[in-house]
Amino acid sequence: MSEGKAKGKLAVYWAASCGGCDISTLGIDTKILDVAEHFDIVMWPCAADGKVHDIEKMADGEIDVCLFNGGIRTSEQEYMAQLLRKKSKVLVAFGSCASEGCIPGLGNLNDKASCFKTVYHDSPSLDNPNGVEPQPVTEVPEGKLHLPVYYDTLKTLGQTVKVDYMLPGCPPESDRIWDAIVAILENKLPEPGSVIGSNTTVCDECPRKREEKKIKKFYRTWEIEVDPDRCLLEQGLLCAGIATRAGCGALCPQVNSPCIGCYGPNNGVEDHGMQLLSAVASVIDSEDPDEIDAIIKEGIPDPVGSFYRFSLAQSNLRRKNKAGV
Amino acid sequence: MAERVGVYICHCGSNIAGTVDVEEVARWAGENIKDVVVSKDYKFMCSSLGQAMIEEDIKKEKLTRVVVGACSPHLHEKTFRTACKNAGLNPYLFDMTNLREHVSWVCNDKEAGTAKAKALIAGSAERVKYQQPLEPSYVDVHPATLVVGGGITGLQAALELADAGHPVYLVERSPSVGGHMAQFDKTFPTLDCSACILTPKMSEAGQHENITMLTYSELEEVSGSVGKFKVKIRKKARYVVEKDCTGCGICMEKCPRKIVDEDFEAGLGYRKAIYTPFPQAVPRTPVIDVENCTYFQRGKCKVCSKVCPTNAIDYEQQDEIIEIDVGNIILATGWKLFDCKKVPQYGYGRLANVYTNMEFERLCNAAGPTGGKIVMRDGKTEPKSVAIIHCVGSRDVNHNAHCSAVCCMAALKFGHLILEKTNAEVYSFYIDMRTNQKQYEEFYQRLLEEGMHFVRGKVAEVTDAARNPDEQGKLIVQCEDTLLGKQRRIPVDMVVLMGAIEPQADAKELGLKCGISCSMAGWYTERHPKLDPVATMTEGVFVAGTCQGAKDIPACVAQGAAAAARVQGMITKGKVMIEPIVASINEEACSGCRICNNLCPYNAIEFDPVKETSHVISSMCKGCGTCVAACPAGVITGAHFNNQQIFAQIDGVLWDAKPAGGNGGAAAKAAEPEPVAS
Repeated sequence: MSEGKAKGKLAVYWAASCGGCDISTLGIDTKILDVAEHFDIVMWPCAADGKVHDIEKMADGEIDVCLFNGGIRTSEQEYMAQLLRKKSKVLVAFGSCASEGCIPGLGNLNDKASCFKTVYHDSPSLDNPNGVEPQPVTEVPEGKLHLPVYYDTLKTLGQTVKVDYMLPGCPPESDRIWDAIVAILENKLPEPGSVIGSNTTVCDECPRKREEKKIKKFYRTWEIEVDPDRCLLEQGLLCAGIATRAGCGALCPQVNSPCIGCYGPNNGVEDHGMQLLSAVASVIDSEDPDEIDAIIKEGIPDPVGSFYRFSLAQSNLRRKNKAGV
Repeated sequence: MAERVGVYICHCGSNIAGTVDVEEVARWAGENIKDVVVSKDYKFMCSSLGQAMIEEDIKKEKLTRVVVGACSPHLHEKTFRTACKNAGLNPYLFDMTNLREHVSWVCNDKEAGTAKAKALIAGSAERVKYQQPLEPSYVDVHPATLVVGGGITGLQAALELADAGHPVYLVERSPSVGGHMAQFDKTFPTLDCSACILTPKMSEAGQHENITMLTYSELEEVSGSVGKFKVKIRKKARYVVEKDCTGCGICMEKCPRKIVDEDFEAGLGYRKAIYTPFPQAVPRTPVIDVENCTYFQRGKCKVCSKVCPTNAIDYEQQDEIIEIDVGNIILATGWKLFDCKKVPQYGYGRLANVYTNMEFERLCNAAGPTGGKIVMRDGKTEPKSVAIIHCVGSRDVNHNAHCSAVCCMAALKFGHLILEKTNAEVYSFYIDMRTNQKQYEEFYQRLLEEGMHFVRGKVAEVTDAARNPDEQGKLIVQCEDTLLGKQRRIPVDMVVLMGAIEPQADAKELGLKCGISCSMAGWYTERHPKLDPVATMTEGVFVAGTCQGAKDIPACVAQGAAAAARVQGMITKGKVMIEPIVASINEEACSGCRICNNLCPYNAIEFDPVKETSHVISSMCKGCGTCVAACPAGVITGAHFNNQQIFAQIDGVLWDAKPAGGNGGAAAKAAEPEPVAS
């Protein structure tokens, strides 16, 4: 897609996500004009017009690149994922939600019924005296109204359709997005199926001094005064930087806040949370099983949320057992 | 290109075939597992005919991978790897499935056993396709050996090696070699004088041209690996220049400071602030005990310096770090005595005439504080009755589960010495009498005849609270006599506690330095408890004597010699093969987070502060996989056990499992639409 060739077609879509990916995409600033120079933007619900029926009318593979952010929680999102897959030559799972489920994926600790119970019945700010819940089909005098079906399990884009690339991050940093766009334009994408990003972890970008690790106690961030120069994990803060792909420039650790793992696992890691858990467990400074239990229970009250904050849906755990076990 | 896998199922006579339908497993594997082109069963795969069958198939059927389902890889992995190698196939393209220990020996349902065997074979067949050819490496073996510990075990090992012409560094923590054996008077069951048989070995070692004796020295650091260890030894300051000292002993004679000797004399005798532990010490050079030396404590005295005819005293001496290269290491670090105060009901430390076994050894010893007279704490009264309590801290769930192996015999020896030297009655309170070595049971019979009294039962209490005039002024041993089936109170003058043999307090720490592990109790773990008792899981590090477990002198000597023989084998061979199944770090991807740095049980991981990455020293790595599992970035790969191989094996084992809802693994990665009904 070098100069002189016909413009390519680009689609950007969002499913179960917060919109941060779109904002970060716009964060490439005036370079967005360069994008527009090379691509016709056929769909971008957040920033440009584009109708589903127009996409449906397109030939298969007519869209050159689709950047798809968000996980798949509803029937509508599933349909759009399948539609955009069919119409796109290259489908990129854009950001953490599409790649690994992200925060919406933590909903997999519940199911539809319990999510609805909280949202439509138990929330203290509610006024829902009749206990109304959204229904897929509602009869009204004018006819039938349809709402997308809400699924029990949030799936990643890759668990729904075949994905060509993943761009990590919650959200992906604007600079990394631009790098990816350049790679697309220059046809320098890596092997299909891979993650567009670096092959090392946040520690590589983190200026803190690291030593051998032995952890006697884990702290929450407000519980200690942080030494600004020393590795946060060594100070007892559960920093996920050791297990998290580089690319953000170690933004959080640089401001005394431990990495929470939004860039996902490094290449070759099957399960981000398990890898982080395994590493952290191996440097707990005790041989006594009871003491180890106590260190973990006191310091890490929410293990799933701490280790699988971004990757539960994609992980080997994937969701809470439906039987509730 | 698809691999061509050969599968061979061994009957192992009826060991496997008795519980597993081996013909069915072979037939099934041939028909159902992808890429399996040959699948056979055979009576004994490990026989030369079995091996020949594999070799022939590799050539004729152009097999690229081989799976043998037989016994444990511990036994025959090498056999089949060699068969593959003989036929021109890289030996690491072979996988062994343990159908005996993992199936037939633990199962008696033939149908279930056959099903499990199929699953395990499928696992191996899937995994083997992803195995990669690996090449072992070789290192030269440095001819010098480090022996840690100068007790009888270490002395034996050092002398065996030195006599064979190999240089030895013998490191001993205390000022003299000799160990516990030097403290004993007699040795059981022959009753020969301990010093008479030990001291010749001590002086021989001290004078041997091939032995560099480093006493008053401790192991500081070990790096490198088999064949080429680099060892740092801290030679503690003696404040006496060894090359100048003639060992005349005048300094010890004139030193005005007298201290209770808690080590060699077990608190029963005295030594000076400048001392050798005992007169026959090797080397003869004394050391100054800084904490008790008047000069070091108060700044004046210097008597030793004034009387020394060769000016060998040097108060400015510093600890010295000596760096040596050795090919092998033998740990013979011995044991320590159980703290008998931990059993307060026996009154040690509270009741004057309760002694430990080591104290009693000194009491009997002709060179000991009483000149061998068995007397009570007052230093003159001979006891009229002595109770010897066995298993103090041994065979006791509150302290040590193990049997200390030597106490029964030592108690009998004590009984004999008391009967020989005094007119006292001797009572042995034992749980079980363990006299199971050569001449031991005979010695027991001898003591029965000599009139030692044996009471079978664990002592409840030793007390000085008399209940009747007979007990007045005595120590009363309260015990259930389990043979009589009643409680007894036996008043005696003296009680000897047979304290347990325990691992050294710093055994674990030293083990870590050398890359070997301990049992929970602290005994060094041998490579195989029966078939490889002196080797460890770390190549080039051997263990011998009581640091590996409680044992008597003959067993220690045998182990010392055995370890020396193993080391000689290594030296004679000259080269050692390094298994290629090791971890490696992709340094480009390593972020230097340092999680792995202190995890390696073999000290094989090094951090490069310049590159800020870690790397594995492959000659030290044992391929245990600890770092592989811990690396949060997933950049450490365990050769022969990489993710692809392990997941393939799991998929193979679960060949008949339906993809379960909502779980992970390869199946879950594929798109799998959820039914719209909700």
